[in-house]
Amino acid sequence: MIAEIGHFALILALAVALIQAVIPLVGASRGNATWMGLAGPASVAQMLLVGIAFAALTHAYMTSDFSVLNVAQNSHTDKPMLYKVTGVWGNHEGSLLLWITILALFGLAVTLFGANLPPGLKARALAVQAMITVGFLLFILLTSNPFERLDPPPMNGSGLNPLLQDPGLAFHPPFLYLGYVGFSMAFSFAIAALIEGKVDAAWARWVRPWTLAAWIFLTLGIALGSWWAYYELGWGGWWYWDPVENASFMPWLAGTALLHSAVVVEKRDSLKSWTILLAIVAFGLSLLGTFLVRSGVITSVHAFATDPARGVFILGLLIFAVGGSFTLYAVRAPSLKTGGLFAPVSREGALLLNNVLMATGAGTVLLGTLYPLFADALDLGKVSVGPPFFNSVFLPLMVPMVLAMAAGPLLSWKRGDLAGVLSRLSVAAVAALAVALATWLWQGGSAGPWWAAGGMALAVWLLGGTIVEWAERIRLFRAPLAESLERMGKLPRSSWGMTITHSGLALLIIGMTASSAWKLESVQTQKLGETITVAGYAFTLTQVEDINGANYLATQGTFKVTKDGQDFAILQPEKRVYRQPPRPTTEAAIVSTILGDVYAVIGDAVPEGGWVTRLYFNPLVPWMWAGCLVMVLGGLMSLSDRRHRIGAPTRARAAVQAAKA
Amino acid sequence: MIRLAVLLSVLWLAAPALAADPSEMLKDPALEKRAHTLGKELRCLVCQSESIEDSNADLAKDLRIIVREQIGKGASDEQVKKFVVDRYGDYVLLNPPFKGATLVLWLGPFGLLAVSLVAAWAFFRRRAKGQAPAGSAPLSDAEKRRLEALLKDGK
Repeated sequence: MIAEIGHFALILALAVALIQAVIPLVGASRGNATWMGLAGPASVAQMLLVGIAFAALTHAYMTSDFSVLNVAQNSHTDKPMLYKVTGVWGNHEGSLLLWITILALFGLAVTLFGANLPPGLKARALAVQAMITVGFLLFILLTSNPFERLDPPPMNGSGLNPLLQDPGLAFHPPFLYLGYVGFSMAFSFAIAALIEGKVDAAWARWVRPWTLAAWIFLTLGIALGSWWAYYELGWGGWWYWDPVENASFMPWLAGTALLHSAVVVEKRDSLKSWTILLAIVAFGLSLLGTFLVRSGVITSVHAFATDPARGVFILGLLIFAVGGSFTLYAVRAPSLKTGGLFAPVSREGALLLNNVLMATGAGTVLLGTLYPLFADALDLGKVSVGPPFFNSVFLPLMVPMVLAMAAGPLLSWKRGDLAGVLSRLSVAAVAALAVALATWLWQGGSAGPWWAAGGMALAVWLLGGTIVEWAERIRLFRAPLAESLERMGKLPRSSWGMTITHSGLALLIIGMTASSAWKLESVQTQKLGETITVAGYAFTLTQVEDINGANYLATQGTFKVTKDGQDFAILQPEKRVYRQPPRPTTEAAIVSTILGDVYAVIGDAVPEGGWVTRLYFNPLVPWMWAGCLVMVLGGLMSLSDRRHRIGAPTRARAAVQAAKA
Repeated sequence: MIRLAVLLSVLWLAAPALAADPSEMLKDPALEKRAHTLGKELRCLVCQSESIEDSNADLAKDLRIIVREQIGKGASDEQVKKFVVDRYGDYVLLNPPFKGATLVLWLGPFGLLAVSLVAAWAFFRRRAKGQAPAGSAPLSDAEKRRLEALLKDGK
């Protein structure tokens, strides 16, 4: 019964979405306030209905209602409650339901927090949002109904893929989707602006917080996925340039570019049509990401051909959304008025350079990800595009970007003085060169990889440049300390956001460089009592026992780790075999130190006695995760800037009036 | 979730053993290091996009052994690659070779960069030719009414 209510709620939601997609749009073009106002209540109804459907499916999972096909295929009574709930989105149908629940949530947020939006823009944006909802609801109802019944119901379900029974991956999809769907807001605002034919600083100011929120979620989602790969796959790697990873990375690159170009629109009333284009591209890439993962086309073109219904539907949706918006863009963009002029060397110019490189980066990842598909479809033979390709093409693009990132924020708007900026950055340059030299000597010259010193120098240059910019803003050491502190207190939060996020990236680069360059590993058969030393850490295998988990059996090894004769830690990696479905997973045991992770994996028993063990020292990996968190923190800081806060413009206006009076 | 499809496809085929089995490894650490570096560039053919050094699949194990046998026989890196490519095709190379079929792949990124730089340059040229910045459009009637309403509310 409850499942049918959920199904019915989805059908009602479709009806509401159709109304919301049409009436407010017509109302906006006719200036009919009542029709435009319909978008608000419609988005509330939308959230309620989709929420009911989501709750119904969650209920079916929590109560293990195996008469629902989706639950029977993806759940099991033995699963811990946490994974019963997260199992809701651990499958195709449920994850789409999550997608659209988040979409409804964003729509509701616009209605609730968008009181100061111009009614026309708000009505149009919500209508565009509803069009996306219509597409996805049709997709769910026609090809991927999560509420399909199964008669007779089985005694128990098939269980959830054990790899998903993990906190990192359980919460990875919601964050990723919050990011993907968040870009739909920027998209809807862009389309609404194209329809209105007006893009101005106010528009950019409304779009930025949504884009920023989406960016924060996506950053967190990608970091969670990467962290999960690091501890769960058991190889100590954290990025594989896998098509599915690329699918989430492309919207991130486009979204980052969008955030930066929106700054130019807001501050300088320039780069408008480019910003609109980026908003379309960022969401287009989010849709593409969904399509790539959901259609099975990535595994092989042939998988796509054997079960084409879903793939063809999403492809159609993608073509309609992207094609339609590009057409609208082609028609309307030329009429957008161009605003402030600026010289190539200027803050705007630097932000434009960021955009050029970010967009090229996204294009490169797109090309590399889709090339094998094209080659196969065009009979050029089967081609693999793997990490060596991406590393050799993508990374060189990011080097000039990071180089420019240190200087950009120091350039003044309109026309900058590059020579002056570079001389102000001489401290950073000296620090970077010193670190490069120190790194080179430390790794024993060419005994380590040649690029390690470069990566470290780049990070220090970025960090140095960011600190110089911050110090100049508060006139540190130039003015009395009290004045500097006062200036620091008055720095706008968006400026803090930039400083923090850029520093986070520097930390990330340090961690990525070190862990790629100097990872130490040792693979061997280890007997009980035997000691293996990696990076000065002595791993003694003291015990191996079988343990019984909630829904798995595990072989758990116990390593006593000492460093310089002192006890350091006890590491207990596991090799699990889940009961349903019967599949193995590795659970690495990790102890983090400031210098790196001590990482142990246990494998199979060897007939001659002993176990296969893999022991690693992964240098500075915690810096990577810290870098990601710092970037997220910077995003949050910027998001909390008072000009993004709800109603802030009204208060600001009141304050100005009060001051004038 | 996002990785699920990939992992599923990998794991269905996966043997429960850990990949780099010590028994496969070459005795000479220098040769083993060479084999490992080389193996990182060879694709596990039945996997999503993992190298043979990072995969649990049986086929990856076989390939690891082949690579080590060849290196043990004194073959150079290029000879080992050729040996594997002759049997499995270019598909086995994670770093696609530069040739006709991959021309667009390798030159594409540079093309993209060139196009966007030219676009940026054209943007500045057009601006420099003295397009005066257009003033902001006058308010429409509806906007004027709304402005008045807002100002009234503010008081």
